[in-house]
Amino acid sequence: MSFLEYAPAPESTALLSLQSEYGLFIDGSFRAGSNPTFSTISPATEKHIATIASASSADVDAAVAAARRAYDSTWSRLSGRDRGKYLFRIARLVQERARELAVAESLDNGKPIKESRDVDVPLVAAWFFYYAGWADKLDHAGLGADPRALGVAAQVIPWNFPLLMLAWKIAPALAAGNTVVLKPAETTPLTALLFAEIVQQAGLPDGVVNIITGAGSTGRDLVNHPDVNKVAFTGSTSVGREIARSLAGTSKKLTLELGGKGANIVFDDAPIDEAVEGIVRGIFFNQGHVCCAGSRLLVQENIHDEVVDRLKARLSTLRVGDPLDKNTDVGAINSAEQLARIRELSDIGEAEGASRWSPACDLPADGFWFAPTIFTNVSTASRIARDEIFGPVLSILSFRTPAEAIAKANNTPYGLSAGIWSSNGSRVLAVADKLRAGVVWANTFNQFDPSSPFGGYKESGYGREGGKQGLAAYLAPAASSRGAVERASGAAEIDSGNVESLALPITNEGSSK
Amino acid sequence: MFLSTTGVLVTIDRLVSPASRATEVLGGELTESSLKSYLNGISGVDAVGLESRAADLGSRSIKTTSKAWALDRIISLIDLTTLEGADTPGKVRSLVAKGLTPDAADPACPRVAAVCVYGDMVPAAVEALGASHGLDEAPGGINVAAVATAFPSGRASLAVKLADTADAVAAGADEIDMVIDRGAFLSGRYGQVFDEIVAVKEACRRSDGSFAHLKVILETGELNTYDNVRRASWLSILAGGDFIKTSTGKVAPAATLPVTLLMLEVVRDWHRLTGEKIGVKPAGGIRTSKDAIKYLVAVAETAGEEWLQPHLFRFGASSLLNDVLMQRQKLASGHYSGADYVTID
Repeated sequence: MSFLEYAPAPESTALLSLQSEYGLFIDGSFRAGSNPTFSTISPATEKHIATIASASSADVDAAVAAARRAYDSTWSRLSGRDRGKYLFRIARLVQERARELAVAESLDNGKPIKESRDVDVPLVAAWFFYYAGWADKLDHAGLGADPRALGVAAQVIPWNFPLLMLAWKIAPALAAGNTVVLKPAETTPLTALLFAEIVQQAGLPDGVVNIITGAGSTGRDLVNHPDVNKVAFTGSTSVGREIARSLAGTSKKLTLELGGKGANIVFDDAPIDEAVEGIVRGIFFNQGHVCCAGSRLLVQENIHDEVVDRLKARLSTLRVGDPLDKNTDVGAINSAEQLARIRELSDIGEAEGASRWSPACDLPADGFWFAPTIFTNVSTASRIARDEIFGPVLSILSFRTPAEAIAKANNTPYGLSAGIWSSNGSRVLAVADKLRAGVVWANTFNQFDPSSPFGGYKESGYGREGGKQGLAAYLAPAASSRGAVERASGAAEIDSGNVESLALPITNEGSSK
Repeated sequence: MFLSTTGVLVTIDRLVSPASRATEVLGGELTESSLKSYLNGISGVDAVGLESRAADLGSRSIKTTSKAWALDRIISLIDLTTLEGADTPGKVRSLVAKGLTPDAADPACPRVAAVCVYGDMVPAAVEALGASHGLDEAPGGINVAAVATAFPSGRASLAVKLADTADAVAAGADEIDMVIDRGAFLSGRYGQVFDEIVAVKEACRRSDGSFAHLKVILETGELNTYDNVRRASWLSILAGGDFIKTSTGKVAPAATLPVTLLMLEVVRDWHRLTGEKIGVKPAGGIRTSKDAIKYLVAVAETAGEEWLQPHLFRFGASSLLNDVLMQRQKLASGHYSGADYVTID
């Protein structure tokens, strides 16, 4: 056996005590769902993990009613400081149960344990800590003094970062004073249900967080529920479009974070080894199940062959396999359905004349697997350069000048992310300025931080999550504009008072110049 | 950067004069300005990206059989070192004994690759090794490496540096660890650094025409930036170095994982360019098995597993050996022994 075939280093599942069956988490406790239950499986083995309840329309009614009660009776009456205390408590509990959550996430989603352990779960805690800090500082969120919460938020999240997307949704909503009903994806409900236990542990008032599981119809019932004030959705552009259509004309506020076809632009003066790492991180992180993945690589033509050679050499060292092995770099595809889509689009890529390449790797017999794949000779008209594949598949195109790189990068209906690789700082800034993408990374890729807003242009959605901007999605300016005017004039008086106390002969008129 | 200026893959005959590498790769005339434009044309290093890649490699989980293999391999890659003003022939004899028999309780324990001493201690080391002298010559033999060229500062005239080198080679040193002139490098006099390495390589020539192996110490702690480390690595290889080595151990920071990773990337690229394999030696600051295993992972996943042999990778270390021995005993017995169960040299 060679050294590089590292001996198995499986993360223990012993600390994970799952129940055989999970109900709907409504009004602070679990209850059975009215629709037939379904099974959540491990995509790496196709083995059953737990039986999950499915919410009917009546269950959705009950969840929204619980959230409304909690909003009216407790959560909207709490001070920001007290809401913050609960969020800090949740953040600490996430940290305490970090290993357990990481194992559950890798088991249910198929992502490598090193990613759930080092990226997902630490970011979940960071998101709660960050918004906990905001809860008593909403006056500074950019909406004027005393912004108010919206009410009940309906949140529907995808399967690619199950717990992290939950944190992105729940943390700002609660900090801003809303109550929530959240529906995790059908294939990855497990960590949301463990999170429900954390909510109980934290002693959060009943009904402030409700988690209902089910298929697409449950999500549809939830976002269309008449007593919901806010809808936040992360997922596919087609579903996002449907939600936007059904919400049109209602008073509900909407945030959509949809698909992407991110361009990763490598100039010939890029730090080449780090750029290759960044390309790998951009598209093979989380099996490419990342809405902001750098799935279109744009390489300057004069270094195209060298970059492809180096990329191939690097891909040959990627370790594909058991998500719970600590040395696994690329895990399992989340579902049979997604695997079929990746296969279909890759076959189309080949049929359209692109050259396909994958490193030699043994894929497990059971479960859903797809080897890391790169396509060269991809034309801009090819479907693999246009459609979001949402898998470990990279399309490589070339460009000759910065202007061409910008034009090609922007030539997509999406606009979520982009990356620029160059040692020339002024070029990076000039190009970033012209890219129509919500996030532009320079000499890095797929980096996330709670203080940084995230969201898309065009068909990648609207609204921002994260940072101060992420709060605006869950707040409205103070109800009474009179109050705001009074406060503003009060502030002016204090100002002039200060001026007088300095004994300077300045009138109000003079100071307003 | 895989191709020479003529666009063909270059293969270099190592028996021709050392500077020929540079003329082959640079193609044509070798001047200060051609050297400078070649080195400045090498792509830059993104510090954040390099460090994050090193951290990724450091998070590999090496368990059970892989760990056992790694511990034995680490021992066989160690240049067991003593570089103190207080060194005596007695101390060197003790070091040699430790290198030959690292674990007194386990004859199956592998030997180290070399002992590394100051030039004047070479005769003592050669004598103490006796029939076990020579990694390639004697079965189970180990090499004698000598630091030279006014180690560690390198602040002496070229004549003194060459005499220092020739003296150690004549006394039987198999390997010479030279330092580059960091002052010349930092002030942009690449040609001077280059010429000095070429001259030292010539001074490594033995009477039978063979060469002592030349390890070129960059002293990365003084070069300060990763861009400098990459350029100095290329410069040292172009000038004929057989190994590139991070540090003297006398300057902090000494070896770090990101710096070593960067140097491994250079030797990997050199191999793709010329087919020739250059060694890498991190030295100083690697004290635990856990750290050393991270280096093995970086070597295997960057340059390739074939680099994990004494001719292509070394650890310059003194206290590392005993930690590895304790880990080795723990793996065999299931419990930790303690500092009293390994010998001090």
